[in-house]
Amino acid sequence: MAILVLADHSGATVSQPTRSAIAAAQKIGGDVHVLVLDGEAAPSHAELPGVAKVLTATGEGFAHGLAEPVAALLVSLAPAYSHLLAPGSAAGKNVMPRVAALLDVQIISDIAGVVDGDTFQRFIYAGNALATIRSADATKVATVRAASFDPVPATGGSASTEAAPGITDPALSQFLHAEIVKSERPELAAARVVVSGGRAMGSADSFKILEGVADRLGAAIGASRAAVDAGYAPNDMQVGQTGKIVAPELYMAFGISGAIQHLAGMKDSKVIVAINKDEEAPIFQVADYGLVGDVFKIIPELEAELDKK
Amino acid sequence: MRHSPGVAAPPQQDTAQAMKLLVPVKRVVDYNVKVRVKADGTGVETANVKMSMNPFDEIAVEEAVRLKEKGAATEIIAVSIGPAAAAEQIRTALAMGADRGILVEVEGAVEPLAVAKLLKAIIMKEEPGLIILGKQAIDDDMNATGQMLAALMGWGQGTFASKVELAADSVTVTREVDGGLETVKLTLPAIVTADLRLNEPRYASLPNIMKARKKPIENLKPADLGVDASPRLTTLKVEEPPKRQAGRKVGSVAELVDKLRNEAKVI
Repeated sequence: MAILVLADHSGATVSQPTRSAIAAAQKIGGDVHVLVLDGEAAPSHAELPGVAKVLTATGEGFAHGLAEPVAALLVSLAPAYSHLLAPGSAAGKNVMPRVAALLDVQIISDIAGVVDGDTFQRFIYAGNALATIRSADATKVATVRAASFDPVPATGGSASTEAAPGITDPALSQFLHAEIVKSERPELAAARVVVSGGRAMGSADSFKILEGVADRLGAAIGASRAAVDAGYAPNDMQVGQTGKIVAPELYMAFGISGAIQHLAGMKDSKVIVAINKDEEAPIFQVADYGLVGDVFKIIPELEAELDKK
Repeated sequence: MRHSPGVAAPPQQDTAQAMKLLVPVKRVVDYNVKVRVKADGTGVETANVKMSMNPFDEIAVEEAVRLKEKGAATEIIAVSIGPAAAAEQIRTALAMGADRGILVEVEGAVEPLAVAKLLKAIIMKEEPGLIILGKQAIDDDMNATGQMLAALMGWGQGTFASKVELAADSVTVTREVDGGLETVKLTLPAIVTADLRLNEPRYASLPNIMKARKKPIENLKPADLGVDASPRLTTLKVEEPPKRQAGRKVGSVAELVDKLRNEAKVI
């Protein structure tokens, strides 16, 4: 049977976590179909290699990705599929457990590996243990840990597109408004380089000095929970067990001590750099390159060095 | 609770209708414990390990107590599904301000779907107007019970909440989403799951801990609720994740940039 992947809501483009979810679907095997909740997004998703069909759904509830109508739609589509997947983004985590319960199956959150169509790996205890689990449910409903699957290329395919059958919106919720931060920087979950700051950044104002480094490296900016809780950075920048999970080519941690909850969100990065004045900080145990020193002294030096070619 | 004459009634008792809140709390390995994988690969070591209330559930309890203190709610029921010892976590919720507890005693791990089914059975009996849960338990990291319960009840869900405003027939929830915040309005009854920034939970005071000892906890078994709590997932193996090797310290910014350019080739 085929596999249905619910795409992230990302305007006209395909999000990297969606491409990772499609990679996970291809590992399971079978025809891959993608459901997009924004008609404008259909052409880009139809170009994904290995995708046989793009289903589109339009309407007020879908436009805002409200869990209740989106879950109802997925449930109506479910009989044709062996697996229903979504990226493990905030949107996927909101919708997929609801879908699973409506189908009377147990959700499998944040799969980090595919053994076979019934058997998956996932991290538990903030990434301190890796569990291999087998599902006995008829339909598998899962979210995909994007950092664990290399995304499929953005182009190369030519899927057919059709409209998903209509459903009745359960009308249990209403979208009021959103405050989405518009940024020129790459998206945190998909960036090639991430520059992250911790509590040692000291204040919201001094946290901003990371921007100079991020600009020079074309990086996204992340933060530890401590920095977010202290109000230095907005919540959507949080990297860790309960924030975003990132796996960039280069992760630079400035003034982050390295609590296990933070490491859970970044330890799959290819190269980790830690800069901290405490040479005993646990972050150094996972860092490929460590530099002991005051971030406020090191950042200007780093900028100067990066400017030299 | 009954008030004898002469004792001032709690403030804002003008809430016309009763608004019961239900807050599920989970007993988990404490946040600060570095868990160890068992040598036989069947799970993680939980014997002689400090256990606590799931931190997100503490935030959920705190939110419920604040709603009651504001006069927006009339009663708070704390529910735990777990071993007999989970009564400790219910006591913690009672000491924070919940009014009574329900313990559904189950040995071994209970999956979110089964937890949601047990909670549904309790909801049918208690008829609360709002359920507040933690968004995620820090042991299985599933992030699922609230959404699954909302599905089984046919209710709206406001997950990953950073702000909750309760009105007579609706709740407005500000949610932490990818890229920022989103605000939704749900028809009551509804489900809310708490994110980190919703509030900062209080520490229970000693007098409140003493008072909590006298608050009632009802003991139930899944069979009493007519729910089959058997798992759908089988754990085949639990192992240590691949470990990163600690690298080396560099002596200067120039050396760092050189390594990143010429050795790691990432910039």
